[in-house]
Amino acid sequence: MKGDRTLASPSRRRFLVAGATVSGALIVGWRAAQAQTQQALPYLGARIEPQLLGVFVRIEKNGDVIIGARGCEIGQGVKTSLPMLIAEELDVDWNRVRVEQLPYGYIDTDKGPGDKYGEQGAGGSTSIPIAWKDLRQAGAAARWLLLVAASAKLNIPAGQLHTESGSVIAPDGTKLGYGELVDAASKLDPPTEPRTLKDPAAYKIIGKPTPTVDAREIVTGQTEFGIDAYRADVLIAVVARCPWIDGEIVSVDDAETRKVAGVKDVLRIAGTKPGESFDGALVDGVAVLATSTWAALKGREKLKIEWKPGPFADESSDGLRKRADELLRPANAGNAVPVRRDGDVDKARKAARKTIEARYTVPFLAHATMEPPAALIHVTKDKVLLIASLQEPEGASEVINAITGVPRSKIEIRMTRAGGGFGRRLKNDYIAEAALIAKQTDKPVKLLWTRDDDLRHDFYRPYCMFQMAASLDRKNEVTAWSMHCAATPRNHRDKRMKDRPLWASTLVPDDFPAGLIANFDLSLLALDSGQPRGWWRAPAHNATAFAVQSFIDEIAVALKQDPLALRLKLLGEPRQLPYKGHGGPSFDTGRMAAVFNAAAAKINWGRKLDRDRGLGIAGNFTFGGYAAHALEVSAIDGNVVVHRAVCAIDVGRVVNPLGLEAQTIGGTIDGLSTALNLAITLKDGKVQQSNFGDYPLLRMGQAPVDVEVVIIDSDKEPAGAGEMALPSALPALTNALYAATQIRLRELPIGDQLRKIL
Amino acid sequence: MQTTPTHPAKPAAPAAAAKPDDDKALPLRINGRAYSFDGDELMPLLWYLRDVLRLTGTKFGCGVGACGACTVLVDGKAQRACVTPMKTLAKREVTTIEGLANGELHPLQQAWIEIDVPQCGYCQAGQIMAAADLLKRNPNPNDEEIGKISNLCRCGTYPRIRKAIKRAAEITKEHAAREGGKS
Ligand code: FES
Ligand code: FES
Repeated sequence: MKGDRTLASPSRRRFLVAGATVSGALIVGWRAAQAQTQQALPYLGARIEPQLLGVFVRIEKNGDVIIGARGCEIGQGVKTSLPMLIAEELDVDWNRVRVEQLPYGYIDTDKGPGDKYGEQGAGGSTSIPIAWKDLRQAGAAARWLLLVAASAKLNIPAGQLHTESGSVIAPDGTKLGYGELVDAASKLDPPTEPRTLKDPAAYKIIGKPTPTVDAREIVTGQTEFGIDAYRADVLIAVVARCPWIDGEIVSVDDAETRKVAGVKDVLRIAGTKPGESFDGALVDGVAVLATSTWAALKGREKLKIEWKPGPFADESSDGLRKRADELLRPANAGNAVPVRRDGDVDKARKAARKTIEARYTVPFLAHATMEPPAALIHVTKDKVLLIASLQEPEGASEVINAITGVPRSKIEIRMTRAGGGFGRRLKNDYIAEAALIAKQTDKPVKLLWTRDDDLRHDFYRPYCMFQMAASLDRKNEVTAWSMHCAATPRNHRDKRMKDRPLWASTLVPDDFPAGLIANFDLSLLALDSGQPRGWWRAPAHNATAFAVQSFIDEIAVALKQDPLALRLKLLGEPRQLPYKGHGGPSFDTGRMAAVFNAAAAKINWGRKLDRDRGLGIAGNFTFGGYAAHALEVSAIDGNVVVHRAVCAIDVGRVVNPLGLEAQTIGGTIDGLSTALNLAITLKDGKVQQSNFGDYPLLRMGQAPVDVEVVIIDSDKEPAGAGEMALPSALPALTNALYAATQIRLRELPIGDQLRKIL
Repeated sequence: MQTTPTHPAKPAAPAAAAKPDDDKALPLRINGRAYSFDGDELMPLLWYLRDVLRLTGTKFGCGVGACGACTVLVDGKAQRACVTPMKTLAKREVTTIEGLANGELHPLQQAWIEIDVPQCGYCQAGQIMAAADLLKRNPNPNDEEIGKISNLCRCGTYPRIRKAIKRAAEITKEHAAREGGKS
């Protein structure tokens, strides 16, 4: 997602700044200073401007610890896991910790915009890897200050003191609670060098199953999501949007709307200009403002709007497919944008005993976050307040500034817990809409999107058609691999991606089996479409894994080899292969093989099955994490039942196993749901889906009863967890269905394809 | 088993929401309190709860009865508030997630915390209300019966929802056994 931008961050030294608050509590933040050398971090690194104070830790005199959570909590668990990192190094009892959500920490610096708290966006499963580098230091520095304060108080060198669960302990057993040391510690100079971090063997919080900090509020209905935000006097806004990208309003008759009791105003908002980067509102719209949601909805129904459809009014899914077919003809090979080429595929093919080919297709997908886009915003002359569910508060701040002219330092942004993200909220078009409306009124405005708004005006996962070919020699070795992808590329009308290759976030150059087959060709054929494209959980991988892992299975069938054995054979000896994209710098074939083996062992791969059953396996390396799925399915009369679902996952050191398990279960079910039923289709330039009736997320009765998660124990640098368990779930399902039915499904969603055949 | 007090309820309904003197007003009870509704009778309960009473634990997910995020209990039965017009609620008793606990956490809420069900959490109030209805009808549901709950969870928490419902059934039994032991 956002991580895919592959930002190079300057390496930096951090030093800490401490200060006393009015309440006398200790506040410890940290500053980051740019080192002389501009050296890229292996992960994206928080983009932190120098000389900024960040604030994460407060210790009350009674010893209570308050830790600020900086990330956007979209269900991936960062509100729990990031504070765990700080608490561990601070050496406090997790039960004494209270977590508070931090707002967006924009700060002006003499070098331009800065981040008070470091990286706050949620994308690319990067929250943990970034925090692993900076937030542990925040905790360690606070602990160091307390040690120094205790040292002065006890007149014992700090080196002879140690800490334990919120206390400093002297060699003679004297114990000083952190609360007693707060005053003195807060007056000390911060450390100028990074502190030595704990030996992982001593971890008491990291690696321990830790429940969601908000669980109690959630189950009692007390949690505020963006959609729940409220202000006295608030006007609720709903928008009637142009159904076509680059269409426009011809006329509006709002007479009936204005008669609806409670309707206060009807306003126009301007969408992105034809052909421009989608940075503001997506399309032109008419906003109805009312004192209640019901009045606003009724008012919107009564609008009479004439639209001009614009240049994409003819677009259809059938047309897209035809054009993709056309693009994939050999005659068009010259138009392919190369992504990675090794050796000479043509030559290898000529020399081959046999070449097998297959074509796979995946549709546009909507994010369908359970909480639809919504935002509460109050724009006054010189300041703005935004309360919303976000994934990218920095972008929200920029767009509000662009629309209202209010300086970013005067834009207050409070991130609430978000009802899902999946990449949808990396786009701030709904925030732009809210700002466009709110700047036309003095009142606070709450913009609400209905589900049909959401499905019809999303940034969709790209549509892709993959033409795959593999050549086999006389020894049944795979000598050549080609993968030509006709896709509506993600890199489209997005100024943030303008310096990136066209295939960025659509294809991944170093993905398996790159580097393992001597003659290799991966290329993109760009397909035109008016539809906005966005980052959708595990961008690129959510499509490529289906093509790659299905095709490997087809090769195994052609060679009469076991699908698992063929994968392991291709991976070969455990070693590091260079991997340039997000998740690199290397791909470890041994770790990949290990998750395949773990998933296979758990499901008892190779055992004899009942007649109607089939086992399928698939794996993927996503953003630094390794996952493999093994499924047991049946499809009697075409009704797909997943009897067992196993996912083995290796994300390096695990911060919160309970959270990782949740993400793995969730990613797996998301993958199954997507593979089975989900597609956004177009007709006459319009999205055809409007609600969960025609965009049918999986329900509990259709989902596997359990997802068995095997977590690989690892002391490697932690990757995130939000996206890794999705990509391989889809091909594991179709591979298992092949095993059960001998029918190869090459197009998603599966829908009723099997029902028609069986 | 330890019991824990619930959070204080959200601020009481604004005065404008309750007009007991108006004869045209529609009387109903929500979480044990009397209210009198005199607005548009076609308005779904969801917006009365969320916009007027500020009981925002009941969520909007689809507006067409398809997702269950807005599930509440009406006279003890699960119902989707987004497709429940106010006019159908005269003299009915509505329970929302905010009113489910009765001084202490409901066994479902305890189980939900214990099993750590929520991911984003947005669907969970609706899931719990649907489960409350199920457990009332069937104190010991099996997997198939649990699987009939049709509320959507975009985050895919279904396996933990199943575990938590089973755990809540156990907690309820433990409570009953303790009560029985006392008498
Ligand atoms: S909002 Fe009521 S069922 Fe979806
Ligand atoms: S927990 Fe996110 S929708 Fe269910």
